[in-house]
Amino acid sequence: MAVEADLAPADTAAPRPRRRWRLPSAGVPWFSGLILLLLVVCAIGGDALTPWNPAALDLRANFQPPVWAEGGSWAHPLGTDNLGRDILSRIVAGARVSLVVSLWAIVLSGGIGSLAGMVAGYFGGWADVLIMRLVDIQMSIPPLALALILAAVLEPGLETVVIVIVVTYWTWYARIVRGEILSLKERDYVALAKVAGVGSATIFHRHLAPNILNTMLVLATLQIGQVIIFEASLSFLGLGIQSPAISWGLMLADARAYLTNAWWAITMPGVAIMLVCLSSNLFGDWLRDVLDPRRKQL
Amino acid sequence: MLLEARHLVKRFDVGGGLFRRAGQVHAVEDVSFGIEPGRTFALVGESGCGKTTVAKLMLLLERPTAGEVVYRGRAVSGLSGGALTEFRSEVQAVFQDPYSSLNPRLRVGRIVSEPLLVHNRMSGAEARKRVDEALEVVGLPRAAAKLYPHEFSGGQRQRIAIARALALRPKALVLDEPTSALDVSIRAQILNLLSDIQEEFGLAYLIIAHDLALVEHFSHETGVMYLGALVEWGPTQTVFDRPRHPYTQALLASAPHPDPDHPPPGDVIRGEIGSALSPPAGCRFHPRCPHAFAPCDRAEPATTDTGQGAWARCHLLDAGAPAPVRRGEPARAGAAGRPA
Amino acid sequence: MTDADAPALAVEDLVMELHLRRGVLRPVDGVSFEVGAGETLGIVGESGSGKSMTCLSILRLLPKPAGRIARGSVRVGGVDLTQLSERELARDWRGRRLSMVTQDPMTSLNPVFTIGDQVGSPLRHHRITRTLRETRARAAAALGRVRIPSPERRLDEYPHQFSGGMRQRAVSAMAIACEPQVMIADEPTSNLDVTIQVKMIELYREIQKETGVAIVLITHDMGVAASICDRVAVMYAGRIVEQGPSRAIFRRPAHPYTQALLDSIPRLGARRKRLFALGGQPPDLLDLPRGCRFAARCPKRMARCDEAYPPEFKLPDGHVSACWLSESEAVHAA
Repeated sequence: MAVEADLAPADTAAPRPRRRWRLPSAGVPWFSGLILLLLVVCAIGGDALTPWNPAALDLRANFQPPVWAEGGSWAHPLGTDNLGRDILSRIVAGARVSLVVSLWAIVLSGGIGSLAGMVAGYFGGWADVLIMRLVDIQMSIPPLALALILAAVLEPGLETVVIVIVVTYWTWYARIVRGEILSLKERDYVALAKVAGVGSATIFHRHLAPNILNTMLVLATLQIGQVIIFEASLSFLGLGIQSPAISWGLMLADARAYLTNAWWAITMPGVAIMLVCLSSNLFGDWLRDVLDPRRKQL
Repeated sequence: MLLEARHLVKRFDVGGGLFRRAGQVHAVEDVSFGIEPGRTFALVGESGCGKTTVAKLMLLLERPTAGEVVYRGRAVSGLSGGALTEFRSEVQAVFQDPYSSLNPRLRVGRIVSEPLLVHNRMSGAEARKRVDEALEVVGLPRAAAKLYPHEFSGGQRQRIAIARALALRPKALVLDEPTSALDVSIRAQILNLLSDIQEEFGLAYLIIAHDLALVEHFSHETGVMYLGALVEWGPTQTVFDRPRHPYTQALLASAPHPDPDHPPPGDVIRGEIGSALSPPAGCRFHPRCPHAFAPCDRAEPATTDTGQGAWARCHLLDAGAPAPVRRGEPARAGAAGRPA
Repeated sequence: MTDADAPALAVEDLVMELHLRRGVLRPVDGVSFEVGAGETLGIVGESGSGKSMTCLSILRLLPKPAGRIARGSVRVGGVDLTQLSERELARDWRGRRLSMVTQDPMTSLNPVFTIGDQVGSPLRHHRITRTLRETRARAAAALGRVRIPSPERRLDEYPHQFSGGMRQRAVSAMAIACEPQVMIADEPTSNLDVTIQVKMIELYREIQKETGVAIVLITHDMGVAASICDRVAVMYAGRIVEQGPSRAIFRRPAHPYTQALLDSIPRLGARRKRLFALGGQPPDLLDLPRGCRFAARCPKRMARCDEAYPPEFKLPDGHVSACWLSESEAVHAA
């Protein structure tokens, strides 16, 4: 470390004073990290973790309130729904659908969108015009209308949900990645690589891709919440996951009719959706700050 | 001549949509010069004069609209791929911004060795040795290879950029404002380093700069650019001691001296640099020229031999009229006399 | 309200601290200077020397929440600005008696408002003008003063209709519209080409002659400092190491740092001779040496330099140098 001390930059500020005095961002987001971890554990553990069989009916025990409300018991900590199914167990079981849908949706839309964005940004010209007009057209179609059409053509179900989400969200990645590439390819180090005779493929994987990776990671994290809400909306409308499969959106739809006499049946999955969305946003923000290389200069 | 520009022209289409074009920026108009090994040619001018575009053309980062870049007597501007190997391994560059010219995600060793790995199929150990050598030349410790660019100051980053340019043992360097992003005391370090390297390895330099004092100090030959065209060029001493073009005279008169006893800089020319989108007819400088007369707004001035190896493009010199303005004399309007 | 005999601006022992997670650093560490009416003081130094932070501290425009004025006073016409509330400072001082021109004319002007609106805004804000007609007249006068031709017509134009040099003039017009006592110019010509820069230098001289405004000019360009400043202060690592009349500083620099700066710049007319290159880097403000801050890079370093920071020695030609070498020549310790 002696060398490092010797080389310690004291005039780092020279041409780029921006962010110079920025305070270090808040620490690791324990809360959101924990919620996301819990989501993953529930999704993997699934039925093994649930106190009750999430699909088991028990009509004698229907509409049990949560434990802290009057008449609630520890047997069903978050209460039961109209068919006497344990809400906690169903939320844990529904986590799997949420996570599977968001992972697939993110991987596919991220992959397709980023590739399109890179091609559009790096090569420009006709490829750029074509891809970006496609993005514009895509973005002008209301996602729910698209979902209705697709659900009518295909069968409602997990695959359809994923397809609808991918078709809707690849444009995000395409636009943002294209913008990043456009600015990255103007960097002097890219020009210098060309001066040294480095080929396009190498420039792509050495100088462009690593610098986009962070953006994509942040975007993906932020998207988890979006995708989970979207899946819930589709399932709520009956266009997504179908009974007897379990999903948070479906739980909301089932409980809607009993809103007045069993508020918990609709509130509990709603809270689960909210917590996961909030966590993914907070975590994404934190990730963006941590991965910003400028932060390391401070 | 090692590296030559022959009648380079670069025009960019601007505005408009896909199918129509709104106009053309005349970035570079008929620029020619040549650089010998071990010598430095400087292009000097104000922002927007096209000097950086010339640098990009010389590095084959842009394709000229007309004219060619000639390396070792061979036109290289039309070539691509393998035919360029020699040029790509022998002509390297150092740019202005030491922050943007180093990839923040690569270690210094990787950055410096990048050009090596493209051209020479050398082993890792050999490449490391060459990196160590290059770092030593620019005065950085070997341990620097293991660090990331953000761990260095601006001046040190510029040293890394120079080491990278030297790794291939090139014959020519294009230096685009290599010190203007650096602090005053660091500039001298870098300029001296570049001079030492030139002396030791006999490199040819093309330096792009706006700082006249730096150019006078650093270069053997100088070309003064205005709105895309060379207006005066020749040995640096001749151009700076006996500037014949009114623009060169104005530039020299405008530069402030770090000496309160020196006459303050003189405001000689009016207005600001014209638009490269629609350059003025005739001599490009005539709307600002204190000596403009009849032919200036109609005909382009011819190239005149002004003696001692220098050339200029000005109607005053065609007419053979005014006495050259010597250094020290106030180069104010009227001093050179307006031809009747 | 203000004391007529006091200098236009007197800064005394000003200390500005930044409280960062890494620790507390002092970009401005005990800076003192005075500027009289009609006088220009140049503050020269390299990036990180604290010259810009000194100016921001004078106006109390500190980075939030890390920055604070820890010590010292800033008197404008005898009134200590450090004792005023933020509200008073904003209402009566900033932009009125004390104005600022920054480096980048592009970001100093808002593209969606007309030049007239923007030059007039400090006049309205400080209630100097009451009516629109009055504001326009004063704004036009300010534009005329910065030599913008046909100012009445150009009031209704937008910044993009102005050329680069004209924009910088408009920014200067904003700064002088309220007829301030002190104008702080932070690298006002650094982004300009030399043929435009020379016009701005001339303009500042003329404005000063006409209005008697005191100017503090921050620059890294020794040429600009020499051609416009009456007095010069050289900053290094948060402190002024040498200050005095321009001629003394440029002709007989006493501090080795000033000497090194002057020897390291290429000069027109000087033939290819090797430049003096100062080695090393400025010190880390979080890890300052006990003695002279320049000692580590100083070609004339002595044992004493590492022991204690030198006091300011007053030299016979009226300038002050914080270097032990000046002790023998000093008239008396300043």
